[in-house]
Amino acid sequence: MSSLDLFVARPRRLTLRGLRSIDLTLVLAWAIIAIVAAWAVAPGLFTPHSGTIGIAGNQLKAPDAAHWLGTDEIGRDVLARIIYGSVNSLSGAIVAVAVGLVGGTALGLFAGAIGGKIDDIIMRLVDVMLSIPGLLLQLSIIIILGFGTINVAAAVGVTTVASFARLMRSEVIRVRRADYVEAAFGSGGRFSAVLWRHVLPNSLGTIISYAALQFGTAILAISTLGFLGYGAPPPIPEWGLLISEGRKYLTSAWWLTAFPGLAVILVVLAANRISQSLRRTS
Amino acid sequence: MTRNLLNRIGQAAIVLLLAFTASFLLLQALPGDALLIKYQNPEMGLSPEQIAEIRVLYGADAPIWAQYGNTLWNFLQGSFGYSVQAGVPVNTLLATNLPPTLRLASLGLVFAILLAGLIAFAATLAPFAWLRNLLVSLPALLVSVPVFWLGIMLIQIFSFRFRLVPIINPSEFQSLILPVATLAVPITAPLAQILIRSLDEVQTQPFVAVARAKGASKLWVLWRHVLRNALLPVLTIAGVLFGELLAGAVVTETVFGINGIGRVTEQAVSNQDTAVLQAIVILAALGFVVINLLVDLAAPFIDPRLKRSIGATA
Repeated sequence: MSSLDLFVARPRRLTLRGLRSIDLTLVLAWAIIAIVAAWAVAPGLFTPHSGTIGIAGNQLKAPDAAHWLGTDEIGRDVLARIIYGSVNSLSGAIVAVAVGLVGGTALGLFAGAIGGKIDDIIMRLVDVMLSIPGLLLQLSIIIILGFGTINVAAAVGVTTVASFARLMRSEVIRVRRADYVEAAFGSGGRFSAVLWRHVLPNSLGTIISYAALQFGTAILAISTLGFLGYGAPPPIPEWGLLISEGRKYLTSAWWLTAFPGLAVILVVLAANRISQSLRRTS
Repeated sequence: MTRNLLNRIGQAAIVLLLAFTASFLLLQALPGDALLIKYQNPEMGLSPEQIAEIRVLYGADAPIWAQYGNTLWNFLQGSFGYSVQAGVPVNTLLATNLPPTLRLASLGLVFAILLAGLIAFAATLAPFAWLRNLLVSLPALLVSVPVFWLGIMLIQIFSFRFRLVPIINPSEFQSLILPVATLAVPITAPLAQILIRSLDEVQTQPFVAVARAKGASKLWVLWRHVLRNALLPVLTIAGVLFGELLAGAVVTETVFGINGIGRVTEQAVSNQDTAVLQAIVILAALGFVVINLLVDLAAPFIDPRLKRSIGATA
């Protein structure tokens, strides 16, 4: 998808901000990720309310001191729903990135290292995957696998294999020309050993940074598929599903849709910021 | 030149054939049979024999290679099979739903180009550092916003809160404002990002300094000299933008309840109507490949320096 094209051409920084302000946004980004991760691990520590069971007589309350982000149509606390929902979005995104990272890196490493006809064939297949818009590819996989959290995560992951493979291959080709890799081959290193010891570690920085970017993109994609109704079934509090459910109360309860969306935006922004910082240090 | 052209077209055809084969294998050969889902429904009250007859009618009983050959031949002739759920040819389904999507997408694209151009120019010309920073980071913010959420927020703010855009009985123009704005955002972001970077790169070139030294104003140099040179990188993401437009249309049409290709796609997935989804996937791949081919072929005309080196890169 577009993220790869924008990612490969490394941006030059336009700003001359001091180091302090740069660090501040980065600290904030890590803090957001840490908080959401903590939500996913131990939601009970962060909210006294239930994520799935409502309280009668508590319906559609605007945000106040008791319910910071208001309550929904059956009296469930919206903040609690977001906190309990974080595990679905995060684990989904982690699965998706893992699938893309492992599959794509292996494919790209193999293609770039072996070269020749096999490289051509693999890259043509990658071209095919990239020629289909990401969402349509995800939908094609979902129509086969069926609905559900894991299937959606897998679909998002498979879609990113192609861009990971292309990035990895270009990294391998870049690293292979380096003197020390030639030297490792020259001093009798076995092909696979050189690949593992020298080529892979030197390509990893770029790949890790791209994985961070893809993490944000995966959160977005998973929430979109959840919104369309292909992800976790209700009453599971998945972020995209929360927004979809809140649509029915647009006129009366803006907090049902606004806050889950803000949660998605903050996590995606944080992931992008972290990706950017990793790219500069790598 | 001609050989190179044929080479490119050949490559594009191979990509399309592979895309067709992959989507055929995935969608037609695997379980999730739309025919069975529809006709095994107890309300239909069909006997297994009748269902088998229907399967013969749709050609679903033929061996897989025969189905592949038939489907490919039909696709080449521009016939995309039958939608099991709607009971009409996929072609009819696409033909009736294409115009609203095309209108939405083209308006969204135009709006996005204007908006991205505005952001990029403003970011390049902004007099204060903080304003520049703000404008440069705006696309990164836009890219992080879920499109469906944005659409819902726009409805909430402009239709319900301020009552600027009526939801009930809107005129044709009014009913398009919010969907077009929603669809434009995911296109604007990458477009503005690449345009800002490209403008920034071209501005460091010596000929820009010469033009400035001759007394041309900043805006004039940007418009007359820089923009033309900065457009090529933007064109290279045209294919990607096409994909974003399609994906955006699926989401936007669902949010705003517009009947179009996006809605058809969404329903095809819900009903496991594989023939419809396959046709849309192949048409999307075709669009992507053709756009990239055209960009490749048009590049030397935009930047004559490429005429010498054409064919040097695959």
